[in-house]
Amino acid sequence: MTITVKFFSSLRESLDISTQALNAKNVSTVVDAWDQATNGAKMPDNILVAINMDYVERNHSVKDGDEVAFFPPVTGG
Amino acid sequence: MKTELRDSPFNAWQELNGYQETLNDLKGKHGATAVFVGSMRDMNESSAVKAMFLEHYPEMTSRYLEKITHHAFTQWKILDALVLHRVGHILPEDTIVLVAVWSEHREEAFKASRYILEELKHRAPFWKKETLSDNSQRWVSQNTPSS
Repeated sequence: MTITVKFFSSLRESLDISTQALNAKNVSTVVDAWDQATNGAKMPDNILVAINMDYVERNHSVKDGDEVAFFPPVTGG
Repeated sequence: MKTELRDSPFNAWQELNGYQETLNDLKGKHGATAVFVGSMRDMNESSAVKAMFLEHYPEMTSRYLEKITHHAFTQWKILDALVLHRVGHILPEDTIVLVAVWSEHREEAFKASRYILEELKHRAPFWKKETLSDNSQRWVSQNTPSS
């Protein structure tokens, strides 16, 4: 019953969190996952979210076994 | 079609030639090849940049490169595509990205290669961290506009 939360780039550095495992019982949405993993830090306006490596909106549901990733706008290419 | 992440420097033109030589089915069939090569500059936002680290979200990045390139095949009549992208430690002049598209006529190759590059820049999870001449570091916060 675990949800894995990952942070990347400047977000990982500012929060000082790379990966965190959460109890799935207490998490039903992306916002729940953010709040629990960051102890209620303010979510940046421009944040991007992916579940199981596909982009989702912040109100998306989260289920047991999901990998939720938070990261800033991408800058490749 | 081939999409690949590289963690060491590569020569875009050698890669292009090498890949094209493997395209036996395309010999005599393609009339156009559009190629984009993106390289690291030694200057950004008025600061000298001496190195860069390109972070990525490994599984998702590979998935998106493939997804974006595959989508181009559904939108335009293209014959083949090659997309290579660096990750890790990069120096000025190093190639960051190679996008090449083969088609019968130029319009499809131009449009599809531009689509792949722009989608890659806006969707694939890569992040650039620059090291400046005084050894300070900064994250690149956004891509340059496409036009």
